Amino acid sequence: MVRYAKPRTVDEALGLLADGDWWILAGGTDFYPALGALPLKRDVLDINGLDELDRISATGDGVTFGARASWTRVVRASLPPAFNALKAAAREVGSVQIQNRATVAGNLCNASPAADGVPPLLALDAEVELRSAKTTRRLPLADFVLGNRETARRPDELVTAIHVPRHAVSGRSAFVKLGARRYLVISIAMAAANVEIGADGMIASARIAVGACSPVARRMPALEAALVGRPADASLLDLFDDAHFAGLTPIDDVRGTSGYRHAAAREIVGRALLAAIGANDEGEQAA
Amino acid sequence: MMLEKAPLTFMVNDKPVAVEAPPTARLSAVLRDQLGLKGTKVGCDAGDCGACTVAIDGELACACLVPVASAEGCAVRTVEGLAGDTLSALQSSFMRHGAAQCGICTPGFLVAAARLLEENPRPDEASVKDALGGVLCRCTGYRKIVAAVMDTHSASPVAGEGIAAGEAVGKPIPRLDGLPKVLGTDAFGADAFPSDALAALVIRSPHWHADFTFSDLGPYVAANPGLVAVFTAADIPGINSFGVIPPFADQPALAEGFARFRGEAMAVVVGEKDAIAGLDPAEFPVSWQVRDHALTVAEAKSAPPLHASRPGNVMAEGKVRRGDADAALAASHVTATGRIETSYVEHAYIEPEAGAAWMDGDTLVIQACTQAPVMDRDDTARVLGLPPEKVRILPTATGGGFGSKLDLSLQPLIGLAALKTARPVALAYTRSESMMSTTKRHPAEMEATIGADKDGRITGMVFDGDFNTGAYASWGPTVATRVPVHASGPYFTPNYRSVGRGIHTNGPVSGAFRGFGVPQAAIMQETLYDELAGKLGIDRLAFRLKNALRNGEATVCGHVMESGIGIVECLEALQPHWQRACAEAEAHNAQPGHIRRGVGVASCWYGCGNTGIPNPSTMKLGITSDGRLVLHQGAVDIGQGSNTVIPQICAEALGMPLSAFTLVGADTAITPDAGKTSGSRQTYISGKAAEKSGRALRETILRFANVSGDAEIALEGGVLVIRDGAASRTIELGSLPADADGFVFRADESYDPPTVPLDENGQGKPYAVYGWGAQIVELAVDTKLGTVELIKITAAHDVGRAINPALAVGQVEGGIAQGIGMALMEEYVPGRTENLHDYLIPTIGDVPEIETILVEVPDPEGPFGAKGLGEHVLIPTAPAILNAIRDATGALVTKVPATPSRVLAAIWAQGGAA
Repeated sequence: MVRYAKPRTVDEALGLLADGDWWILAGGTDFYPALGALPLKRDVLDINGLDELDRISATGDGVTFGARASWTRVVRASLPPAFNALKAAAREVGSVQIQNRATVAGNLCNASPAADGVPPLLALDAEVELRSAKTTRRLPLADFVLGNRETARRPDELVTAIHVPRHAVSGRSAFVKLGARRYLVISIAMAAANVEIGADGMIASARIAVGACSPVARRMPALEAALVGRPADASLLDLFDDAHFAGLTPIDDVRGTSGYRHAAAREIVGRALLAAIGANDEGEQAA
Repeated sequence: MMLEKAPLTFMVNDKPVAVEAPPTARLSAVLRDQLGLKGTKVGCDAGDCGACTVAIDGELACACLVPVASAEGCAVRTVEGLAGDTLSALQSSFMRHGAAQCGICTPGFLVAAARLLEENPRPDEASVKDALGGVLCRCTGYRKIVAAVMDTHSASPVAGEGIAAGEAVGKPIPRLDGLPKVLGTDAFGADAFPSDALAALVIRSPHWHADFTFSDLGPYVAANPGLVAVFTAADIPGINSFGVIPPFADQPALAEGFARFRGEAMAVVVGEKDAIAGLDPAEFPVSWQVRDHALTVAEAKSAPPLHASRPGNVMAEGKVRRGDADAALAASHVTATGRIETSYVEHAYIEPEAGAAWMDGDTLVIQACTQAPVMDRDDTARVLGLPPEKVRILPTATGGGFGSKLDLSLQPLIGLAALKTARPVALAYTRSESMMSTTKRHPAEMEATIGADKDGRITGMVFDGDFNTGAYASWGPTVATRVPVHASGPYFTPNYRSVGRGIHTNGPVSGAFRGFGVPQAAIMQETLYDELAGKLGIDRLAFRLKNALRNGEATVCGHVMESGIGIVECLEALQPHWQRACAEAEAHNAQPGHIRRGVGVASCWYGCGNTGIPNPSTMKLGITSDGRLVLHQGAVDIGQGSNTVIPQICAEALGMPLSAFTLVGADTAITPDAGKTSGSRQTYISGKAAEKSGRALRETILRFANVSGDAEIALEGGVLVIRDGAASRTIELGSLPADADGFVFRADESYDPPTVPLDENGQGKPYAVYGWGAQIVELAVDTKLGTVELIKITAAHDVGRAINPALAVGQVEGGIAQGIGMALMEEYVPGRTENLHDYLIPTIGDVPEIETILVEVPDPEGPFGAKGLGEHVLIPTAPAILNAIRDATGALVTKVPATPSRVLAAIWAQGGAA
């Protein structure tokens, strides 16, 4: 018989994870498509009873998303403009039906190259909290998602929270998703931009991430460095250089060619950046 | 291995329920199988289609993605909870707007829309789209759904109420079979399985081309408790070869020793439901020896033949020759030459194939979704070695078909299992199983040259098209025939040479899909017309109008019609829209920017029914001794509306009100053959048979009553009342002798279109009736990303006579949505897009405003002048979109779909952004 457990506390869940190889069931929106019509052969740890992981909370340390927080909870949460990109991404995850069930943490654990949540969270310098019965650790998101469908989570660990540190909570942000239809679409490419503008009207900090153009969504550190200290206006686009996007390694697939993705990534990074700095911030509008 | 069942309690539609189920069971399965709430539909089991949308504690969810354990203690609302004693205002609005066609997606839309309306009773269009974006519809084009939701607050009456006798034709009445669709009670293929049915699992080839050997299957059955049997080709009692066109029948129901395509069925495992659910097909005892395969036409032409009798893998070739095309092109003032490639297109109806089979005495009954019950009967009987009358097909409601449900799918498999086990057997295909094993639209590789003289008159055309027909023939011969007949478009083309070929590959079987290759060919011809108009410096619409076929001019097949050609009227109807659209685009493009507007136009013509071969329909109509007027309406309604349109025609001819009719469906045991729902033939051919039956029954009754032709007939209780002027006569039906069907008066009339077979040059009279149309597309292209935003589509279609204008508009909108998909996003890649998230069809946000102009140029042959419409409507859409993209950017995309990637590549290739 396959085992099924629906613990009521995180400690109970961690105790179970310490013993055996469990398939974790949260929102179910990746679980069931992966299962398809096949019989269930793995033990299932259903974390939908863990009420303590359901919260989104802001503290002096930053903002913490409990591992069971759904995309709809993100959309409805009262969060500063730095989270507008994340909220915009939330609205693009599948459909309303999916957003109501799917969790932010699940999106990270599923580790799809086209995961909508990763670029905006990378641009928020997000950290992933992992707990086991013995240890608790926090990994930067870039160190958590290791490859296509591959994460740093050990079998005895549960992702319990996503944490956005205090330094990233200020500033403004925007997100652009490029797909071949309006709803229910997997990204061809996407970009998230978080910027802070100094009192002098110059870019004080910039964090830019691109998704679906490499096995794991990536930050654009060279571009970010080039932007800092520059006037926060459309002239920022003139700074763009091929070298800034050298980290992208898009593939050819049914959704687009590699060459297209390179060009599109550059274009939508520009649009996300302008939206983030603009008076009519797309992210703010979307919120 | 299975999870232990656990007791769970929750609320469904305000009533407490208690179930025992594995905690990870999908809520959709529990609702359907344990609680009998079949209104929650399963379209994909992956959250991609939204057909299973329910509200859980007020929040929408795809029930297929919710473990039933998560419903514990919650309140679930399904479509069954929407109506009280009467329809909810939303359901009523869906009825009056024609928002349900086949109805399979309707429950999901209703639940999602009800949730929106609770919050926002007067939503705008954008809010409706955002709220319903997670539900896919393949029939309606979404426009009526949007309208119905926005209009729910109004209580306007249902159109067409109170129609008097003899006034049915031309009235926009709601579909007669609509009520169960908006209630969620309509029974589709998977909704009426016998409770004691065995389940079945089809074992399919994971390889493109491979030999296989089964190990001893006895131990496999023995090792899996609950299994009853495994059936293979060796168990097939009849001829293991089926096909919609008998001379080309070549597809085994179960492969014999080797598989020709990925997804081909090789074995059927039958057993108790839980036992089948516990099987992993990968553990089935079979070994494979993989062969070389060919997936493209180019590979296949030099590969060993898939079928020994078809060298070069050429399955069929169709030709039409008229005049001297080469000489005409050589003498032309201008010519345009091009090449267009299209992709596999998946039908993507929201209902995967499903049905059940059982024995009734010595008759095998198969209850399944279908477009062609009598063909199903005959082909299944052949495979199973039964006389046709020992197979009875009971069509269920069919949740979309678009051509693919013309072919056999699960019928011979569940039929074999029921025949062999003597128990009912039920099967519903998974989405991926449906996508990998059933037919597709043919990918085409086409080349053509068209010439014109200095006055802009078409001089000649040559066309050559290879169509990837996949591993088996299916409707490939029809595509090879129809393409050269139609590739000229609805234009006078005096010199013409056209060839269409079906080429076998190891790809999915290409079959019938709304238009049989003509939508592909229209892209070739209509994009060249734009090029010619450009070279000639003539307005693109004016160029088409100048060359539009007129009464008395011969088609490329030499068919001369003296009346009924309506393409000129369609193009003329578009003229004011064209001028407005072009002016608006020009004004926009006068401003700088990377968003460029474009306008495109394209036309269609399409012959209704089979091409130059017989294609009869029969309609049985009678009045019973207990006073019922019964129409055996065997034209399967797959959403297009034959359950409504054909009674409308019959009522008008008979002179009795629609409300008097009792309809009996296409049960092959009791209803005569009305042919297949294909070739845009039902309104015209079955409609004509219904008209003839109506008139014949009227004449019989009037003669019996010995009254004049102006007399009125009414059923009043069990009495037939005939009023002729001031005189009135009653006929006590119960006192008259009834026949075996219970009929006192009856009519069984048939109609077969008068066609002339095509000769070796494709000359003849392939169809008795054609439909005509043209569409304008307005769009904007983002020249930096290659994305296309559709702004408006204006469609003028000559339907001869709109029997039901509301349903006709619904067909136009739905066809356009499929044309949009073909043009911009739909590309089935075998082995890679076998689901509805990698294979994209338009969502509610992808279909723009559509303005439909119904043109009525009566056809002398059609019932009350009517022509076919169903397939015509998607033909102009894709070429008009490509022409509009070129108008916007200067770049022609030569492979569809015109994805952002291809659009941007085309823009780059012609020298950068506009």
